Amino acid sequence: MTPTLQLFLIISAALFSIGLLAALSRRHAIFVLIGIEMMLAAANINFVAFWRFGPQPQEPTGVMIAIFAIAIAAAEAAVGLALVIAVYRHYRTTDIDQLNQLRG
Amino acid sequence: MNNVALVSIAIVTLAAALAAALLPQLMRAALSLALTFVGVAAFYVLLGAEFVGLVQIFVYVGAVAVLIVFTILLTRRGTKAAEHFKWSGALIAIAVFAGLVWAILNTPALAITAPAIQPLNVKRIGEVLLTDYVWPLQCVGLLLTAALIGALVLVMEEK
Repeated sequence: MTPTLQLFLIISAALFSIGLLAALSRRHAIFVLIGIEMMLAAANINFVAFWRFGPQPQEPTGVMIAIFAIAIAAAEAAVGLALVIAVYRHYRTTDIDQLNQLRG
Repeated sequence: MNNVALVSIAIVTLAAALAAALLPQLMRAALSLALTFVGVAAFYVLLGAEFVGLVQIFVYVGAVAVLIVFTILLTRRGTKAAEHFKWSGALIAIAVFAGLVWAILNTPALAITAPAIQPLNVKRIGEVLLTDYVWPLQCVGLLLTAALIGALVLVMEEK
């Protein structure tokens, strides 16, 4: 018995929702970044799954998009974590609820 | 590709992801995140994209997880461990998940099994990467350089 495309999509939807949960409900900035990384990984699973279940033979478009998305996610993680360190140097906290200096 | 392998990998991956999202200790959450990334790489291998799975392990488990651990170690002093949990975020996440599952299950075109495929080898990926995708490849190289310089500037000590 081989799995259908629906099973892969439901699993990646679950991973996306867990990432959304981490990004929305935690107050520590690193947890927000962890959630964003999980959501990006879920989107990548969808790209590769749609490529695998599409009509064959074809160009490896989904695989290429996944590779580029991984590279861009690495750049995003580097800049995001650098921002966390810079914010920690200024405010001595990584709690995003306390970073409210711009609030009117 | 069979259901047993898929479901067992999915259970490990989603359990590790839940642990990474909910554990109160940052360091344990970061290690669970590394396990989640290994599970995602297993999905890629299961889907016939072995190269993407390898890239996922090199980039995420090798680099991003180590970066996160270093950031946790650099920002640990003075931060309180206790934090409250926002239940509104959990409600939104459950609503999004329910909506996605409803949409997936009500789309008949998605209830298909995988066709037979000739394996995608690294030679083919390299050919496509340097012919059709050479412009995106150069742009990603520029983006990575700019992002790393930007990260260095952000964390540099002010004189």
